[in-house]
Amino acid sequence: MTSTGTGSDVVRTSAALALGDDALILSHRLGEWAGHAPVLEEEVALANIALDLLGQARVLLSMAGDEDELAFLREERSFRNLQLVEQPNGDFAHTIARQLYFSFYQHELYAELAAGDGPFGPLAAKAVKETAYHRDHAEQWTLRLGDGTEESRRRMRTALDGLWKFTGEMFQPVDGVEVDWAALERRWLAALTGVLERAGLALPEGPRTGAWAAGAGRQGLHTEPFGRLLAEMQHLHRSHPGASW
Amino acid sequence: MTQNWPLWEVFVRSRRGLSHTHAGSLHAPDAEMALRNARDLYTRRGEGISIWVVPSTEITASSPDERDPFFAPSADKPYRHPTFYEIPEGVRHL
Repeated sequence: MTSTGTGSDVVRTSAALALGDDALILSHRLGEWAGHAPVLEEEVALANIALDLLGQARVLLSMAGDEDELAFLREERSFRNLQLVEQPNGDFAHTIARQLYFSFYQHELYAELAAGDGPFGPLAAKAVKETAYHRDHAEQWTLRLGDGTEESRRRMRTALDGLWKFTGEMFQPVDGVEVDWAALERRWLAALTGVLERAGLALPEGPRTGAWAAGAGRQGLHTEPFGRLLAEMQHLHRSHPGASW
Repeated sequence: MTQNWPLWEVFVRSRRGLSHTHAGSLHAPDAEMALRNARDLYTRRGEGISIWVVPSTEITASSPDERDPFFAPSADKPYRHPTFYEIPEGVRHL
């Protein structure tokens, strides 16, 4: 690190925040399922994924500064997560659709980072095993819901369509994350198409970015539900500043 | 739920274990999901282990009521057990 100047440190910090915030916020959303999942076994699976993501978030946020301060004391506009991960859980199909879009993206991204020798290599090498499981979990449920009952297929299709407009943002290049974003997007689309075909579902149509989205989560612009998520997540820390636990 | 989510029995062989041991049971819609749930519930994703899942309905158990006629005869016939031999030195793995 002796040869790195302040400029590249800033880039590295903002890249760590972007990836770390994705993991932190999605982990929080999945944590909301505790006690509410359709069956006990699925409850454990969702909690497992949430814990994996929280672990990734801790490493990444620690690369950018103090993990607790970054998680609990930042304002909404300072968060760099994708708008996709802050979307409410909705029904089980919505949660699975969000997992499908994000875990396929995260797995491709970390696989490429793990193969490189950048600052995120060591984390990615560990996390890529986790994301492989997350991806498999989302895929299994997409197949079952898509190829399940009339009702489950309708719900899965509604969820995929509803979240589609948040997927374009995933492939906006992040400064300091050295991957081929265009190739990443092609691989993501190909993998996703394959799963949806097997599930008897089609790739949603329509734009992959909302017309209203001036910039997006990576620039600190978030959707309405995100404020309430932060209020809940940060409440205790802000009520007792400086406490240790 | 019991209709769509039947019961499965889970057998796990740990990394240095020699045989699969019954670990418990769980509900899952099919074998694939049963395997994944078993991994979460019973292995904590430790690496290098093997999991078997079996639908509970596929297992036939011996009946507790017939335990005596079923198992007792073997106990009073010591000649059935090869315990009267001295094991020569140099024989390993016995």
